[in-house]
This record gives sequence, C-alpha cells and structure tokens, in this order.
Amino acid sequence: MPRFLRSLVAVIAFVCLALPAAALDPRAGVHGFTLDNGLEVVVIEDARSPAVTHMLWYRAGAADEPPGISGIAHFLEHLMFKGTDSRAPGEFSAIVEAQGGRDNAFTSWDYTAYFQRVAADRLGLMMELEADRMANLSFTDAEWLPERDVILEERGQVVESRAGSVFNEIMRAALFKNHRYGIPIIGWRHEMEGLTGDHAMDFYRAHYGPNNAVLVVAGGVTVDEVRALAEAHYGPIPPNPVVVPRNRPVEPPHLAERRIIREDARVAQPYVLRQYLAPARRPGDQREAAALVLLAELLGGSPRTSFFAEQLLFAEPALALSASAFYSPIWLDHGTFGLSIVPAEGVTLQEAEDAMDAAVADFLRAGVDPDRLEVIRARIRASEIYAMDDVQGRARRIGAAMTSGLTLEDELAWSEILMSVTADEVMEAAAGIFDRNRAVTGWLMAPGGDVAPRSTGPARVELPSEQVSQ
Amino acid sequence: MIRVLVPLALALVAALPLRAQVAVQEITSPGGIDAWLVEERSIPFVALELSFRGGAVLDPEGLEGVTSLMASMLSEGAGELDSRAFAARSEALATSFRFSAGQDTMTISASMLTENRDEAAALLRLALAEPRFDADALERLRARAISGARSDERNPSAIAGRAFAALFYDGHPYALRPDGTVESLGAITRDDLIAQRDRVMARDRLHVAAVGDIDAEELGALLDYLLGWLPETGAPLPRHAEAVLRPGLTVIDFDGPQSVVLFGHAGIARQDEDFLPAFVMMEAFGGGRFGTRLMREVRVARGLTYGIGAYLVSRTFGETVRGQFSTDNARVAEAIAAVRAEWARMAEAGLSEDELADIQTYLTGAYPLRFDGNANIAGILVGMQLQGLPADYMTYRNDLVDALTVDEIAAIAARVLDPEALHFVVVGRPVGLDTGN
Repeated sequence: MPRFLRSLVAVIAFVCLALPAAALDPRAGVHGFTLDNGLEVVVIEDARSPAVTHMLWYRAGAADEPPGISGIAHFLEHLMFKGTDSRAPGEFSAIVEAQGGRDNAFTSWDYTAYFQRVAADRLGLMMELEADRMANLSFTDAEWLPERDVILEERGQVVESRAGSVFNEIMRAALFKNHRYGIPIIGWRHEMEGLTGDHAMDFYRAHYGPNNAVLVVAGGVTVDEVRALAEAHYGPIPPNPVVVPRNRPVEPPHLAERRIIREDARVAQPYVLRQYLAPARRPGDQREAAALVLLAELLGGSPRTSFFAEQLLFAEPALALSASAFYSPIWLDHGTFGLSIVPAEGVTLQEAEDAMDAAVADFLRAGVDPDRLEVIRARIRASEIYAMDDVQGRARRIGAAMTSGLTLEDELAWSEILMSVTADEVMEAAAGIFDRNRAVTGWLMAPGGDVAPRSTGPARVELPSEQVSQ
Repeated sequence: MIRVLVPLALALVAALPLRAQVAVQEITSPGGIDAWLVEERSIPFVALELSFRGGAVLDPEGLEGVTSLMASMLSEGAGELDSRAFAARSEALATSFRFSAGQDTMTISASMLTENRDEAAALLRLALAEPRFDADALERLRARAISGARSDERNPSAIAGRAFAALFYDGHPYALRPDGTVESLGAITRDDLIAQRDRVMARDRLHVAAVGDIDAEELGALLDYLLGWLPETGAPLPRHAEAVLRPGLTVIDFDGPQSVVLFGHAGIARQDEDFLPAFVMMEAFGGGRFGTRLMREVRVARGLTYGIGAYLVSRTFGETVRGQFSTDNARVAEAIAAVRAEWARMAEAGLSEDELADIQTYLTGAYPLRFDGNANIAGILVGMQLQGLPADYMTYRNDLVDALTVDEIAAIAARVLDPEALHFVVVGRPVGLDTGN
C-alpha cells in the first residue's frame, strides 16, 4: 500500500484529453498520461463494454534490426511467450486462456505489439503478466532452438508458399534502396537460419522497457482504475538506460524507374502492381497524407463507384477484372502508395498497365468530381461513426500511430483533417505522387503467361501486408 | 502455477466493479411488434437484428437451399433499383445490410446512421417488401451456391456432417443440407423465391432486437414502417425432431491418409431446466480448446489427434451431443476406444472440484467478451429470444455458473452422456474397425 501511494504522487505528466461528451467526438473518453518511468499510457473508456483490451506497444520493429539478422524483432516476439524468471514457457498464454481471454502479438517494421482481451475484472492480472515479461524475460536453448524452426516454418507458410507474398517481398526490396523497410519483417531465410537466443536477448535489452513503450487499455474501465493498476504493475520497472531515439538511414533521391517481372508457375491470374514512395503522416503535419487517403479512395477505393471502376471495370469491353488504389499513412519514415490491375480475359499485362496509366492521366486532367468527393466524405464520416463501436480497432490505431512517430493528439485530430481535405489538396497530392522514377512496377505471371486466361476464380491481388502476426 | 497467481490477482480485482450490465427494455410497437431495445446514445447509429424462426427447415422437398438463396437475393435489387443501383444507394447512405439464412432462422442484420435513418429505412423496407429477384442476379448467386455445394461433396467433414444428420434426423428437414444440393439449387425458379418469401417472412415468428441511438417510440415507428406489411402467418413450422438412438458405426469410403470421425447421440433441449449444468460439463469435457478432458486424454496423453471437441448442439427443433476429430487411418480404432472410455468416465464420475473451478473461471471470463459492439449485442439479444431466455439473463448468468456444484455436474453427466448410445461416422479408410453393425 505505501508503494501504491507513492506511485500516485509520482505521476509527473498527466494529460487529460477528454472534452465534454459529444456524439462523434473522437476525444470523448480518451485519456493519456505518462508514468515517471516513461511509459506512455492511453485509456479509451467504453462504459458499454464488460470486457477490456490490454495492448502493450514497443517502439521497436523490423526496421530497427541490426544488419545481418533480419527477422530478429519477430523472433523475439515469439520468444516473449517462452517464460520469465518466475514463469514457465507457455504459462502466459495458458493463464490468459484459463481466464476465458484471448491473446496475440504482431510485429511490423515500426513496432511490436502484444495484446490480450479479457473480462474487465481481470485487467490487473494481464498487467502483472505483461509487466513481468517487459523486465524479466528468460528462456533457454530448449525454448529458442525449436522456436527458430517455428518461424522458418511460418516463413514457408505465409511467404514462400504464396506467389503473391514472394512477389511483394521482391517489390519492396526493389522500392527501398537504403531503408530497412525493404527487408521482410519475417526476415530473409538465410539470415533467419542463423538467429540465436542471444540475438533476441540483445534486441530485447536494446529496445524493450517502459520508456520505449505505449500501453493502450480500452473497454469497460475508468482512467482512474487503469492509472492505479498501471502504477502498481508497470510503475516499479526502471527505465531502460540504453534506449535511444530512433534515427534510421533514409532513402536517397530516387532517380530511375524500376521494373520487375516475376514468373511463378503457381500464378493462375496475372496482375500488375505498382508501388510509389509516398509521404507518411507527420506529427502536426498530416494534410498531405490525408489528401493521399482521399486520392486513393477517389481513384480506386470502391469496386463500384471509383474512377478506376468506371474507366476500367465497366468499360466496354471491360479491360480489367479489378483495379484498385491503396495507401497506408502510418509509418515512421516513408509510406507507399499503390496501384494494381488484374486484366480481363485476353488482355495483356502491358495493355492493362497502359490502361491503368491512361486512367491516372485522365484523372489528373479531369480533376475531382465534387459529388463523388461528397459521397466519400460521407463514407469516411460514417466509418468513423462505426469505428467508435469497435473499441479494439480504436486501440489498435492509436497504438500504431504512437509507435510510428505520431502523438495521441495527431491521431485524435486525424478524422477532422480527413474530412476537411479539399479537392485542390487532393489534386496537389496527386500531382506530386505519380512519379515513375520514385516507383517500382511489377508484373506477376506464370512463365510466359502475360495474357490473362479465362477467369477461374475471384480476381485477387495479394496486397502488401504490414504486419506479421504471431 | 496458475493457482499461485490467483490470490495475487484478487486484491486488484476487488477494486474493479463488474459493470456494463446491458439494460434491455422490452417494447411493443403501436402496430404490435415486440422488440428488445438497448438504448445506447453515445454513438449515432443503430444496429437492428430481425430474425424469423424457421429458416432452411421450411425449404420444400426438392428445393433445398431456396431460403438461403432467397435471403441472399434480397440485397440484389428492389423496386426501381437493380443490383448495382441498390449497392450504390446503400454505399451512399453508408448502411450495412446483411441477409442470411441458417437451418433455424432467416436473419436480417442492419446498421443505420442516425443522420440518414429515414432514407436507410426506406431502402431496407424496399429490399424486404419489394425485392426484384432479377434473372441475372439469380443466375450469379445460383452459380456461387452450386459451386459451394460441389466443394462440400468432396469435403470429408461436410460428408460426415451430412451422414450424421441423415442418421439422426431421418425424415426431418434437419437431415438435409440447408444450402441445398447441386440438383435442388438447379431446380429453383424465381417463382419459388417469391413463394418461399411468403412462407418464411411472417409476423408470428419474428424476433427483433435493436441496440444504439434510438428510443422506444422511434423504434416502434421504425418497426411498423419496416415490417407492418408482413403477413400474419407463414408456413407451419416443422415438428420437433426426435433423434432416434442408433448406436453403432458408419464408415464412408474416402481416399486420404486421415479419417474424419464425427460422433454423438441424443442431447438436451435448451429449455431444459438443467441445460446450464449440462453446458458447463460439456465445456470442461470437450469445449474445443486446450485443457479440456478430451484434449488432455486423446491428444496430449495419447497423441491420437491434433484436435478434438464435443459439444451440445441444442437447436430449435432438435438436439444432439456431438463431437469430432481427425486422425491417421491406422489409429481410428484406438481413438474411438479412447473417446468411449472418456465418455464413460465422465458419465460415471463427472468433474473434480478443481476441474469445476477452472471451467467456472474460464466461462465467467469468456462471457463478457461476447458483448462487443452494438451489432453483436443485437445478435445476442435475438439469440436469447429464440432460446426463450429472459431479457435480464446476462445480469445473473455468471452467478448461475459460479453456483454450480460437482454433485449437480455429476448428476447431469450421468443423465446426458451415454457411451453405449454413441454412433460414430467415419469418413476415410480406417484400419481395423469392426463394422459389424
């Protein structure tokens, strides 16, 4: 009890972002504060829910790995389930399951996150377990050696057995010339084969600690309850003194177009994928990224009403089975903006790529259709409303933003910024993004198969994935 | 090790009240439609769940799959709007409508924003009251359904499920595939869809729940507008199926290294006063996760399978206890013997004090996780109506679970589980099985 009182007094930076309750206010019920050991805490109160999501995010991901041991961030994520000084391998998940809860973890280029969902009255137990492995991870050769086989098996299953995933790996490696975003999260196989428990421990000691983490708790709890529990469980862990702010190598100017032709006998449906280097959301400076989100929506968001749908899918004769544009804005260093097209029967990849580029050129000439922009704004507003009903999704967005260079306030302001983007801003962003010298264009096809065959199934492009789950 | 942790955790748990009891109002619209409502004003949308008792069980003979196909066709155009125009309108209003049919129900799940609820409701009413059932959409969905039926014909789990249903529910609609067969789907016409809509969608079998930004008066008006046109009655619901006990073994040849084994016998009705202890007992026995009796004894101790589960399947028109596992053809006989032995041990002795405490911790912890978002809660509320549970059940359900004793569990295990009554359906090429009966 004395420790508990002292901890309460020691809260040095408490920021309450809750404003008077108003429908749709993304700030309602959201609170942020920082413990004196540097752990940032965000609470999303949802009084409707009898459950709670507990997520711990570390500002360490695959792009923070030292050269030569790619995959170590993800390997460590697996080993975090292999015990601590006082808990046996597998005990963590066994306790969560025994409580009727769910747990998982995932690794990205910019972060590694661990989460559990349990009845709200069991939050303290989750914090006790998570805080224990933040400070006291411990495993032996008997744990890490077989687990290395598990991640190699995982690479086989989620990358090597899928033509689209191998293709995405090749595309990223060609797009990024200097940044480690070009190296797969799960790692290159030949480097994974040499990973050891010591490598994982080194990465853990360099990056894990309260001063390099963000705790997000969402659901049927109050900020006061969470603060008391966080002080009790995470509060006693001292800051990790070796953690330093991230300062990674960035991309040099991109001066020439890159093209990839990947032949893979497993491809039934060939397609064209293009990835442009793009800006990401910046703290206090998110309008360009917001304009790119709207651009992707207008150009190739909906399969029924987008510009691509009109020009490429419902043209007579139809040139494509599907065509889309996509952009993800949450990155510490560089984002990517993507276009894809799956040609219709009898259309070659070259013809499809040309048609896609022609559609982009038409869009740049025609400008933004104000009616369509209104519909998209309405849909964005609606998705924000529905998102309020998904407290886990909100927790996930906040955690990803805060471990990718953004602040809680940036994330809470994001939907207003999205809604206020103008047609001029969209066109300005469009004028800047479509530079083939800053892009890689890839064709994925069966050997010699650059003409689309009769469709045998859904026209699917394997979209680049940004996370590897446990 | 888990036991050591619990006292440590308790001190902190005590500080956290278990709240968020869902407050359900039972309302009746001016036009006489009953509904359960959870008023939840914090987010400006409402999730509506409309369920008609009697889904695929109302498929006429030879037209299996017609209810399911009819439900999917409701979002394929209505009134003046063809399929694409309907989708574009729905997209512009940012609504989400889902139409689906299972064996026991046909269900409409709708989410509508407060700001355009009148327009969204008009679109939903159009879909329910004036569906077009256009020929091109019908052919598209028929092709998709037939392709699903074809792949089920080659799926050993689906083959086992159909065989099991046919054995236990011979002569009852439960014996048939709710999504239809290649033949039945091929026979369905537009007129059949229209006729089936009249058979399924009627006032006397309707269950409604709404969760979100709406009050009782607004909901009453909305329901009368959406559903006031419904006919009073539809097709008669089927009789309750008496699962005839047929102990024994059925082997269906299927080429592959493994066999799928489905097994079970008659079950216990959801309305039975001892349903809850039976449910808790079965969750501890075979709840389909690590740590259950069957997983410990058949997978962990003997390594006979990757996964095994057994459950109460208590449905509107009939009930079984059912389990399933896959194993190498050479080990089917051994695995079946192990299942029989565990079935007998549970029937004779029930659960230990420790096992009961563990399953109580698990079930009371897992229960709140279901109440996740307005649409999910609306679905749960309609499910409770269909099962005949009172509207405040969730406020004391965990107390009921915690109050159970090992004696109650032993009594219900002895009543429900009968190793002599088990029937095993094996799809594969099992070795060394006595197929005498």
